[in-house]
Order: sequence, then structure tokens, then C-alpha cells
Amino acid sequence: MIECKIKIHLDGFILDANFSIPDRGITVVFGASGSGKTTLLRAIAGLEKSDDGYLKVGESVWQNGNNFLATHKRQIGYVFQDATLFEHLDVEGNLGYVIKRTTGLKVDFIESVFNLLEIKALRNRATSQLSGGERQRVAIARALLAHPKILLLDEPLSALDLKRKNEILPYLDSIHNDLEIPILYVTHSHDEMSRLADYLLLIEDGNIIGKGPVNDMLTRLDMPLSHGGDAVSIIEAKVMGHDTEFNLMHLEFSGGQFVAPDNDLPVQTKVRIRVAARDVSLTKSKQIDTSILNIFPAIVQEIVTEGEAQVMVRLKIKETILLACITRKSSSKLGLEQGNKVFVQVKSVAILS
Amino acid sequence: MLNELDFSAIIVTIKLALVSTVILILIGTPIAWWLSQTKFKFKAVFEAIIALPLILPPTVLGFYLLITLGSNGPIGRLLESLGGSSIAFTFSGLVIGSVIYSMPFVVQPLQNSFNSVGRAPLEVAATLGASKIDRFFSVAVPLARSGFITAAVLGFAHTVGEFGVVLMIGGNIPGETGVLSIAIYDHVEAMEYGQAHLLAGGLLATSFLMLIFVYIINHHFSIMRSKDK
Repeated sequence: MIECKIKIHLDGFILDANFSIPDRGITVVFGASGSGKTTLLRAIAGLEKSDDGYLKVGESVWQNGNNFLATHKRQIGYVFQDATLFEHLDVEGNLGYVIKRTTGLKVDFIESVFNLLEIKALRNRATSQLSGGERQRVAIARALLAHPKILLLDEPLSALDLKRKNEILPYLDSIHNDLEIPILYVTHSHDEMSRLADYLLLIEDGNIIGKGPVNDMLTRLDMPLSHGGDAVSIIEAKVMGHDTEFNLMHLEFSGGQFVAPDNDLPVQTKVRIRVAARDVSLTKSKQIDTSILNIFPAIVQEIVTEGEAQVMVRLKIKETILLACITRKSSSKLGLEQGNKVFVQVKSVAILS
Repeated sequence: MLNELDFSAIIVTIKLALVSTVILILIGTPIAWWLSQTKFKFKAVFEAIIALPLILPPTVLGFYLLITLGSNGPIGRLLESLGGSSIAFTFSGLVIGSVIYSMPFVVQPLQNSFNSVGRAPLEVAATLGASKIDRFFSVAVPLARSGFITAAVLGFAHTVGEFGVVLMIGGNIPGETGVLSIAIYDHVEAMEYGQAHLLAGGLLATSFLMLIFVYIINHHFSIMRSKDK
């Protein structure tokens, strides 16, 4: 567990956060610009000082009231927004800087970090010869070499264009899969959040307004993320097989099987499926003469109005929660009520992995 | 052409400038670092004190130094009570005067380059396990290297060029406190324009070369910085 209780006053802004989150997987700190995300991360790193706070990461207490552990004594890895590499050192020097200062670093671990981020080809370059994506890779490797108890990433992709973003994301996936280091990831990008988050910490005006597993937070109708055009559901699934005739693949999740265009992922690969609420429609009886392939029986859990003309419906397909955004008229025509058995039709899905 | 006194003046001047520059860097670095980091309310007062020699007539500074360092001054008396002698009219006195007189030329470039290093690289270093002292030597100093070069060259050149302070507390003792700028003055007084020309011209050329060096160094570093961004 990571337990955190901090209160920081900064030029008229107050960050007041009191929460605990799991110490594994990726926790995304999600909120608008100026909501206090970066301040929260800086406070965990000890770069901002909370007057009277408490911070415990795993077994280590980093702050207890006035007992404040200085940043350089905290076992953290911090990746700043603009990959602040030391410009007076080359790539090798930047990595050596932390290797020299980290005690008990094993050669195997250094090797695995270098392999994971494919650093070897970059080692002898000057930092000025690196592309934005490469700089960020070196910065992430450097942070990992501090052998952190927690990896803090402050909008690590925000300075990169889409192509470079897609270059870095697989590296983040492999850190997530290969190293048992909890990650606290700050972003305001809905895309990055829905792709990476296991757990979500929602922050607004310096306050934590919600926390929980990502799909819970996305689909709880009392949470802001479940409203508006961005409303999505996230479903964890596994590749089950390929349909070579129609170039499709089958993805198994706890409520059944999705069919999606094949992208040659090997069988058993874990994937994350993102379904936009506006791409889900509902029927009372199962449609047979339809072009839609992904149809599942579900139970209506909750309905709330969404603006003037629409309603947001929270549905349960066995263990899986899914949102559907439909018009108020359709809802009334179907006589939709809590507890109804319906069929959900999913028009399109996005495979994130 | 140049007589023995001229050569001894050149040697004393170079020795004075070297010793003063070393002391200036040693004292100026912590002062500049403190000024660049502190949020202290009355920081401006300290900056003003450091900058005073820039606008004060050197004779004013020299006068006060003479008063404090001389055998009737507080520091002179203290030294004498400790069994030493007054340091007015000695090489050490000259070094003290030069250090105070050239301080702004060392502190300001250092402070500027520490400021331009900024907070970010130091915070990165902290997250990588570097303590305060470690961060200063492993990050701040190498990133501010152009400031150190500028500070050393300006401190050196300015000490070579001083006149008023030296006149007040030096006393122009050959081989001890007789420096170039006063030697030139003496030659002019004695109507020895040939020797005055040689010394003055040499000083002009050397100072010009040192300043060219400073500007090249700074230009070089600013190009390197802008390329990285």
C-alpha cells in the first residue's frame, strides 16, 4: 500500500490529498491542468514539503509529521515532463550518474533495464543528438536505475508527437509487465489514461474526488468520467484465436467473446478493449438480421439522464460493466428500467495494447 | 627599454592577479550560490554591498581599507596584538584590497550562470540520490562552467587594471607592492613616454585578448545550450 496524507499551500493554491493506493501496477493520477497532479507527485518525491503530512510507500515511511525524509534519501524514480537529461554529460554519463549513487544495484538489474528500454544503441551519444522519444527513454532508464520503490512519471509523453508517443508506450507496457515497481503516472490525456491505468486517482482543484480500479471509475455514474462524449468502458481480454477467412480475431473476456479486426497478436496475448459508450446500442430481443457481430445479454444496473436528449445506461454482462449512451426517446420506447434484461450491441471497439 | 623596476612591477602584478583570482573564486562561489538560491527578503542589500566597488571611486575603498588595516585600525591593531604586524603597505594588504575591489566581477557572472542552471537539473539530481553538496559539485558547477571562466578572467583582468586602491594601501614598494598601473603613472610623471607606451600598450593588448576570450567562451556555451533545446 501507498498511504499519503498531504496538505500543501502554493501561491493561493491548496493541495489537500488523503488517500491510499495499491503498491503495484499503474495508478494514473488524472485531472485537468492546474488541478494539482504535478504538485502531488512532487510532494511524494519530497520536492514539495507538506507541513504536517504522512507518507508511507511499502514498508518505508517517508514523512511522519515533521519527520521529513529528503528527496535524495527516498528510493524513487522520477521522470520529468521534458526529460531533463544532464546536458554536461552524455547518455552513458547520465546513466552512470545514478548507477554510482544507488547502493546494492545488481548487474542483472542494470542489464534488464538497458534491454527493456533498448539503451545500448544510445549509450555513446551526446544528449543533444537524441530525438524526443530517445531522450524520454534514457530518462526512464535513468529513473529505473535508482532502483525505486515507486516510479513517478509526470506527463512523460506530453512533449512528444503522436508517432513518438506510440514509440514510448510499448516500453511503459514492458516496465509494467516485467518489473514489479508500482508506477504513479500523471496525465490529463484520456487516451493515455485508458490505455495504461490499472487504478485511477481523480484529482480536481487540489482535492482527490475519487479513486478505484480503472473500469469502476470510468463506469460509476456518480463519477465525472462516465459522462460526456469521452465516456468509455474498459474490458480486459485475451486473444483466443484468429479467423483467417474473414481476417478477424476472437477476444475472450469474463462476459463472452468479442470479435474484432485481426491485428496478428499471438494467441493468449492479454489485450485491453476500449468501448465508447456512444458505440453501444441496446435491444430488448436479440437481433439476428443485423451487421453487428458483438452482441451480449446484459442486465440494466442504472440509468441517468445525460444532457437534454440522452441517457447513460450502466450495464452488467456477467462480471463486466459496460456503459451505453442512448437517446432518451429510445430508452422510453424500450421502457428501460433498472433490472431489465437487454442485449447490448457493440458497433466498434478499440484494441489497446 | 624596460628597466628592472618595470619587470618587477609586471611580476608583482601577475602574482597579485593570480592570488586574488584564486581567493575570489573560493569566496565568490559560495556567495554567488547563496544569492542564486536564497529567497531571503533582504537579498538586495547583500547584492548592493557586493556591487559597491563598481561605482565607488577606488580611492574611497582604498581609504577605508587603509583605516581598517593600518596599525591604528581595528584589524591592524588586532593583528599587532597577535604578534603580527599591520598589513597596510604589504602584498597581503594589496590582495585583500584587490579581492574586495574585484568581487562584483566574479560574483555577478557566477550568480547569473547559477541562475540560468535553474532548479530543474538540481531536482533531477536529488531524485537520483545526490545530496545537496553532491548536487552542487556534480551538477551546478559543471553546468555553470562558462560562468566560472568568465568570472576568473574578469577577476584577473580587473585586478591587473586597478590603480586607486593600490595607490592608497600599496605604497608602491618595488618587488612587494609596486604594480604595473603605478609604474605607468611613474613613467608618465618622469616624462618617460617610451616606457609608458610599452607598458600601457601591453596592458591594453592583454586586456583586449582576455575579453575576446570571455566573449568567445560565452558565445560557445550559449550556442551549445540553444542546440540542446
